[in-house]
Amino acid sequence: MADRLIELREITKSYGNVYALGGVNLSVDKGEVVGLLGDNGAGKSTLIKILAGAVRPTSGDILVRGKPVTNWNAGRSRESGIETVFQDRALAVQQSIVRNIFMGNEKGNRFGFLDLKKEVSEASRLMREIGFTSRVFTPNSIVGQLSGGERQGVAIARAIYKQADLIILDEPTTALSLTETNKVFHFVRQVRASGRSILFIGHNIHHVYDIADRFVVLDRGKVALEVSKADMKSAEDLIRFMEHVAHPELTEKPKEKNKSSRSKGAA
Amino acid sequence: MSQQLPNAAKAEAPAADSWNHPQDQPLRRFLTNNRAAFGSLAVFLLMLLSFTIANPVVFTSWTLYSSVLTTLPVAIFLTVPLVFIVTVGEIDLSFPATMGFSAWMFAVVVHAGFDPILGFAAALVMGAVLGYFVGALVVYGNLSSLIATLGMNFVLRGIILIFTEGKSIALPSLNESWVFKLFSSEVGGVPVQIYWAIAFIIFSMFLYSRHRFGVHIHIVGDNPDSAAQMGINVKRVRVGAFIFVGIGAAIAGVFSTMINFTWWPTSGDGYLLPVLASVFVGGTPTWGGIGTVLGGAIGALTVSFIQTGIVGAGLSGFYVQFFNGVIIILSLLGHRWNQIRYR
Repeated sequence: MADRLIELREITKSYGNVYALGGVNLSVDKGEVVGLLGDNGAGKSTLIKILAGAVRPTSGDILVRGKPVTNWNAGRSRESGIETVFQDRALAVQQSIVRNIFMGNEKGNRFGFLDLKKEVSEASRLMREIGFTSRVFTPNSIVGQLSGGERQGVAIARAIYKQADLIILDEPTTALSLTETNKVFHFVRQVRASGRSILFIGHNIHHVYDIADRFVVLDRGKVALEVSKADMKSAEDLIRFMEHVAHPELTEKPKEKNKSSRSKGAA
Repeated sequence: MSQQLPNAAKAEAPAADSWNHPQDQPLRRFLTNNRAAFGSLAVFLLMLLSFTIANPVVFTSWTLYSSVLTTLPVAIFLTVPLVFIVTVGEIDLSFPATMGFSAWMFAVVVHAGFDPILGFAAALVMGAVLGYFVGALVVYGNLSSLIATLGMNFVLRGIILIFTEGKSIALPSLNESWVFKLFSSEVGGVPVQIYWAIAFIIFSMFLYSRHRFGVHIHIVGDNPDSAAQMGINVKRVRVGAFIFVGIGAAIAGVFSTMINFTWWPTSGDGYLLPVLASVFVGGTPTWGGIGTVLGGAIGALTVSFIQTGIVGAGLSGFYVQFFNGVIIILSLLGHRWNQIRYR
């Protein structure tokens, strides 16, 4: 298997007596897109917050490139190359693309005056890297003029500028149309092609199925399914499984079928 | 890899290999970026044109403009920093008292026989300290800047009145000092104040859009959550904007005192509403995140000119307030039409 970028081992998180996560194992390899699925309250956001260092896990280990990291926090997460892109809060919409990409990390001389030329050329390099180009906007365009999918591109370009190896996209396509979703997918593929990894969180199973190489389904704080795309024939199988997780009494259990098909594939 | 959705983005993405789009040409970008400022300039020129038609003799003579150029810089030193504070999403109504307070320091130092440049320095320090104090109160006390700075305006003015018992300070010695020649004389028939004001405007324009401080002011005013997430110290940026207003008010106070050779305990009081109006007449919107320094300066020019203009055009002084209001409203309507709002 490819290089392991990050690995969570037996992560638990409890708030008082309530377990938000009860022993989750999750790993992301280099250059891999992992789709994280799960119903509301399954523990997705807790898991993201733990990865971002905003929430401390109650127990468990976090390994970066095979080495355990102690005292995991937001700073360690950033040093390890993890950047989280939240859906709405990330961008200053009245500012230009350049301003958003370099937000908080402006390039300038020691007196604080900015080197706009350098910023624009660096921004267009980053934007080209993820295929975020167009005839209608430039790095100097205002983010408010961009569509929803293009705004995700700005956030992704910023994450790449910050040397992210793992970009966590929190429901990047939830409010987007088909065309816009395709733009986001295009960026994600470019990011993967550059050897970076993406953890793609989504509610729309079709979207996640299309873009991810591997799926992890969370349910009530546990990993209910972890399967690579090769073993999941279609999005419908994934949906059927998700339905079973949500309403086990109403649906037959498709997991066994999957397991058999998986072993058949291995044999 | 299998794809269910047709990949539309891929087809359109590789189209551009250079950013040389029509809207990215330097001249066009300059016009777009300064759209609000040009709008304000148009308002001013229109106003000037109407005055000139009403009374061609007065409005083609230099004397009228010379008198405006002496007093205008004081308004500019107040208006430009206020553009920063409105952009960061706050407001500061305490600048008139800060102006009076800092000028008081200037007057006391000069009156005691020190070189006026020391007085100027003392005023600047006082302005920055008061700006920090007001800003810290608003930001760290988590108060509404509208109400808290209004209160601070009364508090500071009250302190001035209590300690001076309402007495003014005359500074006749200023006339011989080199500081006076440097900041308050004439060069080539033009009041020297306006050169300093122009230098201040240019410096502030660079600070506003080419410096980390100004850029952070924009971002914090636009989306403070995002700014904080990206490691910008939101509170420090906000306090910084208040400090800049304090410094601007101190410069305004010193210039105003040097014009009159006298410091009055009410110094600065008359500037509150005209200066606030100038910021918005200039094209800076109220909601934060964007603004224009150049527009603010032109707004100050427009507002300062109204009074002189009305009287010069041959109307009685009773018309001043009415036209003041008309021009503010017309400018706001113009900017609303001229600007796209993204949030």
